Amino acid sequence: MAVEAGRTGCGSALGARWVGLGSSVPCLLQPSLLDAPAPSRRLGSDPGLSDSDSEESVFSGLEDSGSDSTEDATASEEEGEGTSEQRGRMDRSPGQQARTPCSRMEVASMPGEDEYAEDSSDEEDIRNTVGNVPLEWYDDFPHVGYDLDGRRIYKPLRTRDELDQFLDKMDDPDYWRTVRDRMTGHSVRLTGEQVALVQRLQRGQFGDVSFNPYEPAVDFFSGDLMIHPVTNRPADKRSFIPSLVEKEKVGVGHPGGAPAHPTPAPAPLTLPSLQVSRMVHAIKMGWIQPRRPRDHSPSFYDLWAQEDPNAVLGRHKMHVPAPKLALPGHSESYNPPPEYLPSEEECLAWEQQEPEERKLSFLPRPFPSLRAVPAYGRFIQERFERCLDLYLCPRQRKMRVNVDPEDLIPKLPRPRDLQPFPTCQALVYRGHNSLVRCLSVSPDGQWLASGSDDGSVRLWEVATARCMRTVPVGGVVKSVAWNPHPTVCLVAVAVEDTVLLLNPALGDRLVVGSTDQLLSAFTPPLDPASQPAHWLEASQEERQDGLGRISPSLTSLQPVTQVTWHGRGDYLAAVLATPGHTQVLIHQLSRRRSQSPFRRSHGQVQRVAFHPTRPFLLVASQRCVRLYHLLRQELTKKLMPNCKWVSSLAVHPAGKGVSWWEGGTWRATKSPPPNLPPGDNVICGSYDSKLVWFDMDLSTKPYRVLRHHKKALRAVAFHPRYPLFASGSDDGSVIVCHGMVYNDLLQNPLLVPVKVLKGHALTRDLGVLDVAFHPTQPWVFSSGADGTLRLFT
Amino acid sequence: KYERGSATNYITRNKARKKLQLSLADFRRLCILKGIYPHEPKHKKKVNKGSTAARTFYLIKDIKFLLHEPIVNKFREYKVFVRKLRKAYGKSEWNTVERLKDNKPNYKLDHIVKERPALGQPAEQQPQPGSSTAGVLTPALRPQAGRPRNSSCSERSSANRELASVTRLSCGRNANKKVFLSIKGIYYQAEVLGQPIVWITPYTFSHDHPTDVDYRVMATFTEFYTTLLGFVNFRLYQSLNLHYPPKLESQVHTEAKTSEDTYALNSESSLEVRGASSAGPARKLGRGLSPASASHGAAGGPNSVSGPSSRQEMAAQEEDRRKELEAQEKHKKLFEGLRFFLNREVPREALAFVIRSFGGIVSWDKSLCIGATYDVTDPSITHQIVDRPGQQTPVIGRYYVQPQWVFDSVNAQLLLPVADYFPGVQLPPHLSPFVTEKEGDYVPPEKLKLLALQRGEHAGNLNESEEEDEEEDDGDGEEEGEKEEEEEDMEADSEKEEEARLTALEERRLEGKKPKVMAGTVKLEDKQRLAQEEESEAKRLAIMMMKKREKYLYNKIMFGKKRKIREANKLAEKRKAHDEAVRSEKKAKKVRAL
Repeated sequence: MAVEAGRTGCGSALGARWVGLGSSVPCLLQPSLLDAPAPSRRLGSDPGLSDSDSEESVFSGLEDSGSDSTEDATASEEEGEGTSEQRGRMDRSPGQQARTPCSRMEVASMPGEDEYAEDSSDEEDIRNTVGNVPLEWYDDFPHVGYDLDGRRIYKPLRTRDELDQFLDKMDDPDYWRTVRDRMTGHSVRLTGEQVALVQRLQRGQFGDVSFNPYEPAVDFFSGDLMIHPVTNRPADKRSFIPSLVEKEKVGVGHPGGAPAHPTPAPAPLTLPSLQVSRMVHAIKMGWIQPRRPRDHSPSFYDLWAQEDPNAVLGRHKMHVPAPKLALPGHSESYNPPPEYLPSEEECLAWEQQEPEERKLSFLPRPFPSLRAVPAYGRFIQERFERCLDLYLCPRQRKMRVNVDPEDLIPKLPRPRDLQPFPTCQALVYRGHNSLVRCLSVSPDGQWLASGSDDGSVRLWEVATARCMRTVPVGGVVKSVAWNPHPTVCLVAVAVEDTVLLLNPALGDRLVVGSTDQLLSAFTPPLDPASQPAHWLEASQEERQDGLGRISPSLTSLQPVTQVTWHGRGDYLAAVLATPGHTQVLIHQLSRRRSQSPFRRSHGQVQRVAFHPTRPFLLVASQRCVRLYHLLRQELTKKLMPNCKWVSSLAVHPAGKGVSWWEGGTWRATKSPPPNLPPGDNVICGSYDSKLVWFDMDLSTKPYRVLRHHKKALRAVAFHPRYPLFASGSDDGSVIVCHGMVYNDLLQNPLLVPVKVLKGHALTRDLGVLDVAFHPTQPWVFSSGADGTLRLFT
Repeated sequence: KYERGSATNYITRNKARKKLQLSLADFRRLCILKGIYPHEPKHKKKVNKGSTAARTFYLIKDIKFLLHEPIVNKFREYKVFVRKLRKAYGKSEWNTVERLKDNKPNYKLDHIVKERPALGQPAEQQPQPGSSTAGVLTPALRPQAGRPRNSSCSERSSANRELASVTRLSCGRNANKKVFLSIKGIYYQAEVLGQPIVWITPYTFSHDHPTDVDYRVMATFTEFYTTLLGFVNFRLYQSLNLHYPPKLESQVHTEAKTSEDTYALNSESSLEVRGASSAGPARKLGRGLSPASASHGAAGGPNSVSGPSSRQEMAAQEEDRRKELEAQEKHKKLFEGLRFFLNREVPREALAFVIRSFGGIVSWDKSLCIGATYDVTDPSITHQIVDRPGQQTPVIGRYYVQPQWVFDSVNAQLLLPVADYFPGVQLPPHLSPFVTEKEGDYVPPEKLKLLALQRGEHAGNLNESEEEDEEEDDGDGEEEGEKEEEEEDMEADSEKEEEARLTALEERRLEGKKPKVMAGTVKLEDKQRLAQEEESEAKRLAIMMMKKREKYLYNKIMFGKKRKIREANKLAEKRKAHDEAVRSEKKAKKVRAL
């Protein structure tokens, strides 16, 4: 029990220290330390002492004796006193208890009034009040201490020596259960229960016999999922909200990291715990993912092992595979053949080219041996460019035309099968000094009239190239037209602002005479003022001058650009270069009358032509060709040649019915067959070097556009009998084409170029200025800027 | 408007990017990996909804194809990873950095390799490369060799490893066909499963790394092609019953431990050496394989014969095929039995690779690189390859040739006479083996000579004809004459044949000249010419009648043809001028000497 007291004292001292520190935590700890002995003492002092309580006290004493084995010798004195002594001790204990406060006062004097907190404790030994002093101090005294009332507690009278002890040991059957109480100096005999308790404790069992440590465990909080909750209590709110403490520790809510209550926890503990809590938090929040298991499958395997060969993998039809890189040629060799080495100029040219334009990306260089070859500087760039091309370059599938160029050439009938046509130059008519603007062939094909810039009209014999006559007209001759009527020998000549009607007096006398008669039979017009042109009679000098049977001329005060006869030879159309509506005048020879058929103009009129058989007048303005019905006086058709500037115009003479297709053979007669196709084919030449063929039955759009010439077309002409047409151009060539018109309306015209005739020299960028066909033979005449006329046969 | 037709088939790049929710860089990467490329629409304005702004168009089907690509998610993950990593670095939270790096997301390209068209076919049918991929392969792989800092070392080494595997394989199967030394690098052509593959390796110098190259693009390409090549290699190795990937590194390490000259050990060269030396078993296997396949092919022929009439044709075809196969076999054994020794200053890797793949045995100086098997003094060396002349005292019993001899021989498929390739001699031009001249193309005279050699004609004949010319020019061909005589002596037995053949040749030549000499009476020629002229005129006229579009096309074709002819003529002229100059120089020298 002394030990008990000592322990108490120690505990109180400790408690005082904690109190002095002012800390609350140890105060909480203290009762837990001191709780265990407290009830024993209280109960021990009770008169109604229960068994278990006494056991407690005995146990503590026993423990003490066990520990202080050195004092076993003194303990033997108390042998034989038995339970009575124990009783006496019990009686005395209140006296001992009274002494404790003073000892306590010594220790706890510093805190002062706090002693009452300690006072209530009843752990002091009430049998002996010496307190926490070593009992050796009382060795020389007859007493061992003082009881509660201050009286001495005397030691047992007789100190027992070893012999007594031995005798006790031998005699006393309870010796083994007798222990000496050091506080009182008496021997205490343990009861059977106490002994049993000691034995149980020594065996490591619980002190309480009735306590069963092996009660069947009821696993309330097992890992098994149960259908019912263990408790019916709803989950706390705090289980849903993050813990404030943890938050503080993690420092999430407080970016400054200054929690409200500074934790007094020791410093070395903080860091790991903080990290742990942080990590726990991070795991909770899903910030830290558990480590993925490493993939240990092999990086390469037989990828195409389970391949379904029929599986359609991949791509749509639009896939365009990347073009291959060209393989290196001889020139890339480090030691190329000498012909692949560039010359100095080529090197210079290569360097001046843009890198994209270069045919080779490098300059071929020879090296005498392999060791002299340096590293190629643009190696990485070139690989990179290839990479770029592969993923960045837009791809497009281009159909490469893999055709034989021969297949592109259209299959046309051979020109030899389309004969006759003019093939070579036969005659050259020389005489003019300047460019020959125009020519015309007499209807019988014997004579040729030509007008030139040198101010003269020359009349030639076709067969001999002899100049029969030269008629000076005193101005630039723009146009010449031979009257197509076979009984009249008359040439219309456009000179500046006049049209001269000229009787060349060639050929048959009768015809010449009748022509003269026609010209002289002049009746003055009824109302000359109302006419757009004046008919003038030629003077006598003019008539005599140079045998020029110069006819009545008509002046219109405007430059005349073209004259053309109607097929019957009575009407004469003239084109004037005026801005107004009077660009086209139609003169009637027999009645000496002129009229202006149009009321308003449609642009600059380039050419006019009479339809050979039907009462149509074709007027070619700059961009289009208009077809007027002369009797009804209305516009019938408007042909759109799609050229920039129409230069010439010719109408197919099929109405005359000279040649046609019948029964698979060619027929050519003088009389037209009854079912001849209407002459509805027109060709137009233009200054933008196009020749346009219209089939008016088909459409007003061109049936075919021929771009045979390299330069502007000046003249086009149809052969009156043969299926030929010719065009003359500034490039100095005359192209003769076979233009077959079929009787069958369903069959489109067949156009085949058959000959390119060259002969005229280019002068002042002008070549052929006019072309005309011989009326009966497959001959073509051309007049050129070099002052010659040529006949091709 | 613009709700139907081609406008709905295309999508601009930006729209596609937005649809995929990818950054431009990621979009590019995806396009590279998946092989998606922009398309040029036929009517750009229509597709562009009336606008004429320059835009890049992708096929909308392509983009849809990209939409459910698992790798897109991986890209996003990676983006997040990078962001986290950067953040952790910024806060210097090294633990986080480590953890993140541990959990670095990675992706696999297997499925992409499998679905790429033309590449994804089973290897037997079409193992991607083809000569087409030559261009693809090479850009992808080779720049690796000299990639600058931003390419990871491992990537580079992996690419190199794949390439080394290919080279080893081709070495082993004797699949190598052609080699070409260009000024850009060395081109190799090998045949893998019947497909020619071309690749280029730069000369072994350090590169100066250009700054105008986006290495990320190249890295992506490399990534893909490395994977692809790995799979193809696996397939090929498997077909040879070999293990892939071959254990190179461990061998290297053991080698490093054992070999005494570790200082010379650089990983690449040792790799290559190991590869080459381990090609032995592969070679055996390859050889075992090819006759089998050949016999199989031959057996397959007669079975499919249907009628007796076609049997002869089939037999003829078979004969041809057999001949071809024999030629191939012969080509593969070109260097068999020859022992080479490489001096310094020759491209050792290239030469060793080529010689080994044609059955030769090769070694080099021990101090040059590991892997040397015999010394210079080995008496069994037949050819020593020397680039710098006059270096050492020659040893009797071996040829000293320049490296070009090896390559030219390989390309010519026969052992060329070594006389032209002695060290210090002006080398004959090195011709590209990839050029096959068509009719009308310019053929360099060296090629003609080579073709004649291949046909089996003796080189002497050609030389003779040339020398004859020279005789005419120079007037002293005695030496050559003597040479001829010597040759004739040597071939006394075949002299008669030779003569007969010569006369036949002569006759043929005469025959060839006959029409010109006889070129007949004036009348006949005129007639012909007239007819010809007429013909040509008819053609001209017909051309005039062509439609505009056809005429344009025709003119273009004709222009191309004419240009070709012009170029060929130009080359021929140049060559002629050069030959003249050389000849006159020679003459001048002779005169001076006299």
